[in-house]
Amino acid sequence: MKTKAILSVLGEDRVGIVAAISNALAAAGANIEDIRQTILSGVFSMTMLVTVDEDVESFEGVQARLATVAEEIGLQVTLQREDVFRFMHRV
Amino acid sequence: MLDISPEEIAETVTMVTQQNLDIRTVTLGVSLSDCAAGDASSIAARVYDRLMSAAENLVPTCESIEREFGIPIVNKRISVTPIAEIASCAGPDLTPIALAMDRAAHEIGVDFIGGFSALVQKGIGRGDQLVIDSLPSALAATERVCGSVNVASTRAGINMDAVMLMADTIKATAEATADRDGLGCAKLVVFCNMVEDNPFMAGAVHGSGEADVVVNVGISGPGVVNAVVRSLPDEADLTAVAEAIKATSFKITRAGELVAREAARRLGVTMGIVDLSLAPTPAEGDSVAEILEAIGVGRCGGPGTTTALALLNDAVKKGGAMGTSSIGGLSGAFIPVSEDMGMVRAVECGALTLEKLEAMMSVCSVGLDMIAIPGDTPAETIAAVISDACAIGVINSKTTAARLIPVPGKGVGDHVSFGGLLGHAPVMSVNGWAGTRLVRRGGRVPAPLGSLRN
Repeated sequence: MKTKAILSVLGEDRVGIVAAISNALAAAGANIEDIRQTILSGVFSMTMLVTVDEDVESFEGVQARLATVAEEIGLQVTLQREDVFRFMHRV
Repeated sequence: MLDISPEEIAETVTMVTQQNLDIRTVTLGVSLSDCAAGDASSIAARVYDRLMSAAENLVPTCESIEREFGIPIVNKRISVTPIAEIASCAGPDLTPIALAMDRAAHEIGVDFIGGFSALVQKGIGRGDQLVIDSLPSALAATERVCGSVNVASTRAGINMDAVMLMADTIKATAEATADRDGLGCAKLVVFCNMVEDNPFMAGAVHGSGEADVVVNVGISGPGVVNAVVRSLPDEADLTAVAEAIKATSFKITRAGELVAREAARRLGVTMGIVDLSLAPTPAEGDSVAEILEAIGVGRCGGPGTTTALALLNDAVKKGGAMGTSSIGGLSGAFIPVSEDMGMVRAVECGALTLEKLEAMMSVCSVGLDMIAIPGDTPAETIAAVISDACAIGVINSKTTAARLIPVPGKGVGDHVSFGGLLGHAPVMSVNGWAGTRLVRRGGRVPAPLGSLRN
């Protein structure tokens, strides 16, 4: 089963953020569909649209991999199903 | 392509991580209509089995939803058919049924189970009497069971005999839990116009008009609304304040709608309602009182409070109505004293009194909630306070309620702590000029006219 999800990274800019995140996603068989990066009120913000292939790695498994990366790079990383944002921000 | 902007994504993440956005409760309503039997222990066994099979997957399902969607579900709860409806042939003591509910709640992993309840707005049946008589012992012997009794409705008026009986029951429950500062009363609510699909405790029941098993969701988010109101410029007028609250309420409600749909789908049961309530918690910033102060009241309880609360309550409903077509439950701002640190501060500085809470009740959800009063308050005074709450509900065709805790051995100025989500509060003074003779008259206050609305 393929599940669309939004990955968001918030924190201080530093070298290797994109590399670390995309490596973790690749290892879990998750595909990056779109990626955007900006500075919001002085805070580094990266958002990705990701397709998680739950036949390769469960949603929770991908979240666990990302939690490890978040700890290593010292940033807040969240992976949430895309429906949440569509529901909350679109009529 | 990503059609959600980074700003929108960051807003949702901030709501959860910094402003206490959560789903306050996913409550599984379970019908116990097939659990009736001739004695309490047989009913207890059937109730336990029914709950263990119907709610077996509730907690793990909610936990996976909160992980995947990234929105905490603070409480998982169960509501059941009012026990009076299945126990009229049992008795005299229904405590074994409450014990079975409590044991199931522990094993399923829910923090509260509601429905040790009766509806007596027009008259007290045998099952109702058994439930009410058993309440002090049932609430003292259990940790997670909640009870509620409906004593009035717009169509029936106020059953003053039931009001007086409940005042005596509240006193007896306080005495039965005197070693825990009357904690049993925190799990007992007296209603006017009780609803059948309320997911919030202590008043949740699974009404007779419901499907066998239903998921009801209570949204929350005072912290989010508070942050939005505080971010408005000082010159924002009240229309702008209402607009901002509406937009925020829409987003919070959508989160609730999504969780309700998903929980119902995964559990294979009917989706019931989304309750659009702003439910505070003792966490700092998660306060309805602080929203009223952010709107512009000097301190919650001061002049202007009722206006600010009316604006808040209405804007939450208008925004929420766009977010779900399944509005139900209580749907309005809650104003429990002990569970809202802004309310506690307002009582402590003298800004907020019982009388002002009564006025606030007329424009928001429910009303006199989690209020500690002196342990020596006479039952007649408690009955008169409850009857005033009922009068507001009956005349205005809305749900009102009283959850009063006469704390044994404590008086005005003392402080009492109930722990966890129930919070802590100062003991409030009660007007000493109560309608003792009024409530002692008994009988029924007739239902009001539906026209001539002034």
